[in-house]
Amino acid sequence: MPDLQRLPDAVPSPTLPVDTPAISAAGITAGPPLPWRTRSAMFLRCLAIQGSWNYELLVGNGVGFCVEPALRQLPGGVDGPAYRAALARQSAYFNAHPYLAGLAVGSLARAEVELVPPVRIERFRTALCGPLGSVGDRLVWAAWLPACSLVALLLFGLGLSPVAVAVGFLVLYNVGHLALRDWALRAGWRYGLRVATALGHPVLQHGPRYIGRVSAVLGGLALPLAAHRAIGGEAPLSPVPIGVAIVTPLLALLLVRLQRRVEGWRVVLLLLAAFVLYSVVR
Amino acid sequence: MVDVLSLGLLAGVIGLDVVSFPQAMFSRPIVAATLGGAFLGAPVAGLVCGAALECLALEALPVGASRYPEWGSASVVAGALAATGASATGMPVVGAFAVAIAIGIISAWLGGWSMVRHRRLIADFARPRLDQLAAGNRETVVGLQVFGMTADLVRGALVGLAMYLPGAWLAATASARWTVSEDVSRAVVVTFVAAVAVAAVWKDFHAISGTRRLFLISLGVGTLWVVLRA
Repeated sequence: MPDLQRLPDAVPSPTLPVDTPAISAAGITAGPPLPWRTRSAMFLRCLAIQGSWNYELLVGNGVGFCVEPALRQLPGGVDGPAYRAALARQSAYFNAHPYLAGLAVGSLARAEVELVPPVRIERFRTALCGPLGSVGDRLVWAAWLPACSLVALLLFGLGLSPVAVAVGFLVLYNVGHLALRDWALRAGWRYGLRVATALGHPVLQHGPRYIGRVSAVLGGLALPLAAHRAIGGEAPLSPVPIGVAIVTPLLALLLVRLQRRVEGWRVVLLLLAAFVLYSVVR
Repeated sequence: MVDVLSLGLLAGVIGLDVVSFPQAMFSRPIVAATLGGAFLGAPVAGLVCGAALECLALEALPVGASRYPEWGSASVVAGALAATGASATGMPVVGAFAVAIAIGIISAWLGGWSMVRHRRLIADFARPRLDQLAAGNRETVVGLQVFGMTADLVRGALVGLAMYLPGAWLAATASARWTVSEDVSRAVVVTFVAAVAVAAVWKDFHAISGTRRLFLISLGVGTLWVVLRA
């Protein structure tokens, strides 16, 4: 697993090709209108952008799949050479975080529709890959998802029903998830080749830090409550819960010391297998 | 038999959510295991199992091309196994609970392996079609996407079926022969998974200044909350 913890707090904006300088928001041109139907189709396709993820093209074919509805506006339509050339360009190798790939989809779609020279589009496309991956990983996988998981554990620990826990988690997570995807697609189209401006958004730059702090508090509150419910909600000052409260941090300390050498789930599997055997065979 | 096939389909749909579509996190253990348990009539048992697996899933971030456990299909299987012998509103039976967590972990490992194979399969499928992609063929672009998602659905379903069938036998056998007392058994399993969660939170946010202090303080407050709620 890549070490996300060692990434800097603020990820610099991508280094764009020299002919696409980042400029202030005031200098952004609105771009051609994107019909509602086309934008909806692109948004829905973005939900499946990783449908053909593989080790050779990565998410490249997915980007082509998502950009395709906008390319139908090109001269000659779906049978025209402009459409085919653009779709071929957009279906080549690409890498990005799936939720932020909408930034690339929107900006590349606009560039194609505005008939920007292909060399410039390809150079821009290459420059976008890295930042979209690292910014998304920090914000979503390393911050938002664990924070929502901890909220779900807190709801569980507070004794909520299965439906309430599952729905609570899904609503909270997807408010952030869908808002991010929608913003990414809109911002990509709005900023076009100057999408580096959008990557400087405060939520992308500083969100992980604030979410991390909230998650630390959530984790501290949620884990004792969740553990207590999972052991059956016994009187907390009886021997079994006290034993759990003592042994858990000790085992956690051992796992922290063993980090980079062994993953926790492997240790748990080993311990569980031994425990099941002991209880069944003895 | 119909139940088993339907459970396989559920595992496939949830497995599809992990990466391919729509990544709305139905595949997180606390949701997927609850669905698995509910499917066999014991949602609370599924939820408890899901909460335990969620503690483990906190440790592994699903980052890009790295190989990580696939908790989606695995949690459906685990939730269904945790339902063995449980009532609709009751806690899971301890033997089944321990086996469900263990099978859940093995399924997640198998799921992670199958995702790697799935990605290679898509690459193999795409390779003879690269010329068509380079020519901007719309059918090829859409076809590759549909193939990848269909294969992912099948992958999740196969993982679910392959693990549920032996798992159900193991869960029933373990429950029948279980000898350690219920409260101690549950405590042992929960201690294991909670320790992983504590270590994960400690490690995940350590680069942000002040988070470890916040975590320790709130851990104390959380523990006190448990005592005062009783």
